[in-house]
Amino acid sequence: MKKSTFKKLVCLVMAMALIVALGVTAFATENPAPIKIGGIGPLTGAVAVYGVATYNGAQIAVDEINEAAGYTAIEFNFQDDEGDNEKAVNAYATLQDWGMQVLYGTTTTGPCVAVSAETNTDRYFELTPSASSPDVTAGKDNVFQMCFTDPNQGITAANYVKENELGEKIAVIYNNADAYSTGIAQAFVAQAEELELEIVEQQTFLADTDTDFSVQINACKDAGADMVFLPIYYTPASNILRQAKDIGYAPTWFGGDGMDGILTMEGFDTDLAEGLLYMTPFDTTSEAGVAFVEKYEKLYGETPNQFAADGYDCIYAIWQACQAAKVTAETSHEDACEALIETFTSEDFAVDGLTGNGMTWSANGEVAKAPYVVAIVDGVSVLQ
Amino acid sequence: MIGLISNLISGVSLGSVYAIIALGYTMVYGIAKMLNFAHGDVIMVGAYICFCGINYLSLPPVVAVLLAIIACTALGIVIEGLAYKPLRSAPNLAVLITAIGVSYFLQNSALLIWKSDPKVFPSIIKLEPIHCFDGQLTIGGVTLVTVLCCIVVMVCLTLFISRSKTGKAMRAVSEDKVAAQLMGINVNRTISVTFAIGSGLAAVAGVLLCSAYPTLIPTTGAMPGIKAFTAAVFGGIGSIPGAMLGGILLGVIEIFAKAYISTQFSDAIVFAVLIVVLLIKPTGILGKKISEKV
Repeated sequence: MKKSTFKKLVCLVMAMALIVALGVTAFATENPAPIKIGGIGPLTGAVAVYGVATYNGAQIAVDEINEAAGYTAIEFNFQDDEGDNEKAVNAYATLQDWGMQVLYGTTTTGPCVAVSAETNTDRYFELTPSASSPDVTAGKDNVFQMCFTDPNQGITAANYVKENELGEKIAVIYNNADAYSTGIAQAFVAQAEELELEIVEQQTFLADTDTDFSVQINACKDAGADMVFLPIYYTPASNILRQAKDIGYAPTWFGGDGMDGILTMEGFDTDLAEGLLYMTPFDTTSEAGVAFVEKYEKLYGETPNQFAADGYDCIYAIWQACQAAKVTAETSHEDACEALIETFTSEDFAVDGLTGNGMTWSANGEVAKAPYVVAIVDGVSVLQ
Repeated sequence: MIGLISNLISGVSLGSVYAIIALGYTMVYGIAKMLNFAHGDVIMVGAYICFCGINYLSLPPVVAVLLAIIACTALGIVIEGLAYKPLRSAPNLAVLITAIGVSYFLQNSALLIWKSDPKVFPSIIKLEPIHCFDGQLTIGGVTLVTVLCCIVVMVCLTLFISRSKTGKAMRAVSEDKVAAQLMGINVNRTISVTFAIGSGLAAVAGVLLCSAYPTLIPTTGAMPGIKAFTAAVFGGIGSIPGAMLGGILLGVIEIFAKAYISTQFSDAIVFAVLIVVLLIKPTGILGKKISEKV
């Protein structure tokens, strides 16, 4: 008696479960399955700042798209590479196993060169938010960049210096062990010579962890440079500004987009950066920019840098291209790759984002957009 | 000419930072006969504690520096007790490897606690720079304070070791541990005291290092630590005035190599000079002659 009641009960429960399950599947088929976008970047390690920013920015875009769609339109899986080439390739393999259709990344240049060699052979479409070296895209039709290339930035900088007469005698301090820094510096010097600007001094250093820049600063001072171009990251730059002040040297400082973030360094004396000019793709004063900054600050408790904005734009660009090319969850990564390449390089494909309006891409993967120049006035960056 | 002098000043400034770190190395080596490779990382911890004291607890700089000294002294005693004391009779190589282990442990702990993004050390030395030759030449306040600190520490250490009772015990332990023990000296305690003083010095070095070069990351102490060790060997390891001399010479050579030969090769040149010095004077510039007994 008891046993049969139990059996009946089990049957009933199972039947109900079946109905529920059927109902769920029936309901789910109304919405298309999500497109799988994989991401790679350093979430830990020495360059974690960039990876975390690109991850957070992209996550905001994914959440916005899913919210607007009313269902999960994009499934996003971001893997940590610690800024290491080998780990990035491992992360890429993990994402392949997961069933990734499109790759968003990688964040830093070295790992990106390593991973894009693989994606090129395996045919995955790849859009990097921040790996800016031409090596990333060279000879690979499937890799595109959201940030402007290093030479592009150097040329813009030289033009800006010429137009605004920032200095008569110009010095450059750059990290010649770093592709990003060297790339900008060389293009800057070449363009400056073209424009007949006078470069009086070129100084180098070897690692972003170097702390003593007295030799480089003394050399610039001795050469009488009234403007120093710093196509370097903000960590060494903060040391340079401090040490120049210590010896009473105050030229006009002009930096690349690596300078973005100097004001957010914990404990940094913002007086040192007063008057510093730098290039950035991200206009925080635009309407969309203000909204993004507000949202980011609310979610992550810190001010987003340009990498976060680049990441945000990447996801929207991929999403927009997927829709234009009719890429769905069923599209294989090979087909998605070809379709997206065609879309990205087609003439009528343009993306409006935080980091530029009407961004288009050339067949070699470079984005067309102009950097903004901002100056630090009273401890905040102001668009010039 | 002005360029030459300002590079010389930069060299002395960098060298005095090396010197003050080297003092810690050389003292521990001279007495405990071991290379404390974790010294550079104790410096980093000291700098972080001072940074936290000023930025988070809003302590006045002097109190923050004192806090850093106390914390580092305690850290030194704990490290010595946990990691080195059990190895007192082990071969030197085991102690050396342990020291490298401690160094990694400290770096990674700092990475966990303070994360990897660089912090900027506040300028706590408010001394005005000195201008000479119509402002063409400027000597930074930090440079003056570092050199001064270095001299004061050197004199104090020398006096302490040559005059005080504990200093006498240290010298005895340094000469012969077993004989010192037979004479009623507590060898373990003496070595612990040496470590405590060395680590306290590390805190001072950390504050001075980060005042001159303000970026603070978990590996801040690593490279200066290695350079300072080189400086200590250069000047004659175990000799306190030697550490100071070695440090300043190393700083000047490094800056001159950077300025007049090549930025890329400056480190190679520094180490090449070290090799030459060691070939000519194997015990360093002020090192004691060691007569090997056969």
